[in-house]
Amino acid sequence: MIRVLFFAQLRERLQTDSLDMTECANVAELRRKLSERGDIWQEVMQSERCLAAVNQVLCDNTQALKTGDEVAFFPPVTGG
Amino acid sequence: MKSNSVSDYISVQSQDFDLKTEYQALTEHNQTDGAVVTFVGLVRDFNEGKSVTALHLEHYPAMAERSLQDIVAQARTRWSLGRIRVIHRFGTLSLSEQIVFVGVSAKHRGDAFGACEFIMDFLKTRAPFWKKEQSSEGLHWVDAKQSDANKADDWNQK
Repeated sequence: MIRVLFFAQLRERLQTDSLDMTECANVAELRRKLSERGDIWQEVMQSERCLAAVNQVLCDNTQALKTGDEVAFFPPVTGG
Repeated sequence: MKSNSVSDYISVQSQDFDLKTEYQALTEHNQTDGAVVTFVGLVRDFNEGKSVTALHLEHYPAMAERSLQDIVAQARTRWSLGRIRVIHRFGTLSLSEQIVFVGVSAKHRGDAFGACEFIMDFLKTRAPFWKKEQSSEGLHWVDAKQSDANKADDWNQK
């Protein structure tokens, strides 16, 4: 299982803060699988403004995934 | 609250912080450093044409602390630094409340000034915090600024 988290605008648009997914080879495949959940999901997952972090480190779509990983999707950060 | 090593203190917290306490933590029993630079970020009343009444700060707890630690570690590779303290708050904040603190001590001011600005520039573009403003027009998420991204990118040229 892969734990998937959503934050800020993404969490609100998807009305989901977390879910579990079966294994995916990499972040790109996880995005594709999540996109199948509906139109809003597809729009959010394919957006350039949807960043990904794997195990709390920012990464790109080629990042490989394994069971037990935590993947977070969120918009560009605005702290400070 | 967590301290990373003897000289780094990184905290992601909902409660306010006290500037005098933070300054003392940077200077007490520290006779080697001749410079202290501190920065405090506050909630301001006006942003992008809207009158702001409060700010809600969301964060990704596990990553927030880790990313701040990474940023501090990067600063240490660039400058010769003494003590570093970084505090970032989350939750609902009112106007003029303190959001973020960065304090750096060093033997010389150039290192302290540089590191303080670097940590803030990277914090603003790498640390997983998101601001939602409450204004006269309702609630809205703050958009990330290109100017902030540019400031962080500039450090890679230096």
